[in-house]
Amino acid sequence: MDLSVINPILLIAALMSAATPILLAATGELVVERAGVLNLGVEGMMILGAICGFAIAVETGSPLTGFLAAAAGGALLSLLFALLTQVALANQVASGLALTLFGLGLSALLGQGYVGVKPPRMPDINFGFLTDIPITGPILFSHDPVLYFGLLLVAAVWATLKFTRVGLILRAVGENHDAAHALGYKVVRIRTLAIMFGGACAGMGGAYISLIRVPQWTEGMTAGVGWIALALVVFASWKPWRVLLGAYLFGGITQLQLNLQGAGVAIPVEYLAMSPYIITIVVLVILSADKSAAPGSLGRTFHASH
Amino acid sequence: MTPLLSLAGLTKAYPGVVANDDVSLSIAPGEVHALLGENGAGKSTLVKMIYGLVKPDQGEMQMHGRPFAPSEPRAARAAGVGMVFQHFSLFDALTVAENIALGMENAPKLRDLAQRIREVSDTYGLPLSPDRIVGDLSAGERQRVEIIRCLLQQPKLLIMDEPTSVLTPQEVDILFETLRKLSAEGTAILYISHKLEEIRTLCDAATILRLGKVVGDCIPRETTARDMAEMMVGKVLGTPTRTAVVQEDVVLAVNGLSRPSPSAFGMPLRDISITLRKGEVLGIGGVAGNGQDELLAALSGEMLSPPGMITFKDNDIGALGPNARRTRGVLAAPEERLGHAAAPDMSLTENAMLTGAAREGLEKHGFLNWSAARSFAERIIEAFDVRTPSPGNAARSLSGGNLQKFVIGREVLQRPEVLVVNQPTWGVDASAAASIRQALLDLATEGAAVIAISQDLDELMEIADRFAALNEGRLSAPQPTGGLSVEQIGLMMGGAHGMEVAHV
Repeated sequence: MDLSVINPILLIAALMSAATPILLAATGELVVERAGVLNLGVEGMMILGAICGFAIAVETGSPLTGFLAAAAGGALLSLLFALLTQVALANQVASGLALTLFGLGLSALLGQGYVGVKPPRMPDINFGFLTDIPITGPILFSHDPVLYFGLLLVAAVWATLKFTRVGLILRAVGENHDAAHALGYKVVRIRTLAIMFGGACAGMGGAYISLIRVPQWTEGMTAGVGWIALALVVFASWKPWRVLLGAYLFGGITQLQLNLQGAGVAIPVEYLAMSPYIITIVVLVILSADKSAAPGSLGRTFHASH
Repeated sequence: MTPLLSLAGLTKAYPGVVANDDVSLSIAPGEVHALLGENGAGKSTLVKMIYGLVKPDQGEMQMHGRPFAPSEPRAARAAGVGMVFQHFSLFDALTVAENIALGMENAPKLRDLAQRIREVSDTYGLPLSPDRIVGDLSAGERQRVEIIRCLLQQPKLLIMDEPTSVLTPQEVDILFETLRKLSAEGTAILYISHKLEEIRTLCDAATILRLGKVVGDCIPRETTARDMAEMMVGKVLGTPTRTAVVQEDVVLAVNGLSRPSPSAFGMPLRDISITLRKGEVLGIGGVAGNGQDELLAALSGEMLSPPGMITFKDNDIGALGPNARRTRGVLAAPEERLGHAAAPDMSLTENAMLTGAAREGLEKHGFLNWSAARSFAERIIEAFDVRTPSPGNAARSLSGGNLQKFVIGREVLQRPEVLVVNQPTWGVDASAAASIRQALLDLATEGAAVIAISQDLDELMEIADRFAALNEGRLSAPQPTGGLSVEQIGLMMGGAHGMEVAHV
């Protein structure tokens, strides 16, 4: 065992990258749940985003176009969910599970010709001399644009929910859809838009895996990240900054346990592999002890009656 | 003078029922107009048409002599109609200012809005802090949020649907001062209530609806409450009679009961003591949210208590759950009909089975006797005049008043020794309420003890032998109801919760 092979600077830089897919998906799902909709299809939308982004990036040669396509693919799949739950008033849990299964199947079909292909690389942003600052340089200024976009997205979602009228209306719809309807707000329209936003974010999260983290396409490559994102939203008490904290914690411990495995620590690999799940959930459960309640209408079907 | 609002021949039919049939009325500026009627008389449908939530099938409305047909609440608000809902349309997790901003067309910035909320609340004597979370407010304070939301838009017509059902007498006085001030400033008020004495003190005119039709008009100040009630019901009303004699034997004793509330926005119970005797009706008043639900849960067995706190006939029942208590004779009917007292999507027979299984012998060795359950349900329907096609109908399909008769009747017919009811006549029309009260009194006559928790003080004065009030989870010392004045009751209920009279 040789712990000196673990470089803390590289570890931190790597955890930011490892956390980004979860962060993107969870932030999107947070908005959806704040609007009162429980979309369990995050995993399905991520994997569809992963293949859409991968395929378009390979075809066009532009990773950025790939990410846009991933967002569009995720949003399109979520529109199916919106149709089922908001228009046909189907059960949200069942529809979400179906969406995941459908997404996994559809992505496998679409990805048949892309196994073993190498996608174009997305270059890191050039911050010039900032990158050369010791310690902070490699940690903060050596990443791809999507990672920074994820951070900005968290800040934007937080500010929108807290300070703007749009955010207020979204929270109101999620809190009590009957009261919001009585005041004249278009519950179904607002929720559909929120669902599509969540789908787009999940799609980008998936593409981050297939274009940047792993750079290749394999069937089912999201491997449960969507479920982690879902759990993260709940344990983060529907608060954006806590989602960021949870995602980084999860990403960090994932990286650390990989490094520990590499360093040959005498703990069975299985324990190391399960540690990120356990530690993240324990920390967030302790944090969520302040009784922040779920949105009041979460998961309930809205039917505009008199 | 042209009326502010006039309705002519308004008709609205739903499948199987005509909610409003050729309704006409007019309201002058500054007039306080009462809309009276039993449940299902069509009051709510009528005001929903004025507020743009429902479109009339026929007839027309005019405002200031011009046609008025709001297609949605937004249009009605723009035309100067404000509405305070019966079930508050508020968002628990948001602050007062955010709630108010959501009800405004062009909400100013939250900081400016907070300032305006303070101004309006000072002017009209409705103290309210804009930064508080609505979920933490009392029912009276929540109503203030709704009223201030309306007042900020300077309405010409304010619709109030049963505004006083959740207030203490002092809070009612203050609300009336506010309403009189508004009326003096020229705002018309359309006031819906069951409470006839209130209408007599507040309103200038009244329109009475029965089964969707206008059956009469009156000047409330010049008409007795009894006459108005009989116009509403269409028949002569009987007053419940009390013949029970309170006996010496104590059946239920609660001793220093203190429990935290099971829900986040609930109220903990603090040191509650009750001595309940055979044949006694104990009335417990107080503003909703002061521990009523928690007290019922503690007595019914939904919430367990440590030893020594609750004894039934000298046996400690604190550790027993609801079914064990039912078997012994301690029954309860909670306030929330759909989802607590009854399972909404199950039939009446199934609902009868749910609480009646043990005492009515509907269950043997784990097998259910459905034909016995059905005849039990039929007995309830028969005895309490529950209007439903058959016991096979889902609980959800009954109107609120009918379901209330069913859930109370279900407990009464199980020959309880102690019956705890919360809001036994909430949302029930006058004649059905009278029969529910009579049933509770009859139960006491047969030797049972009843605890009636209610917001309706007139009801408690009518049926209870002793009265106590819940305030902040504490129970006042019970007083005999004979000779209690409204002021004393109000003080027992904790006064006016920091309200003050409008600075007119």
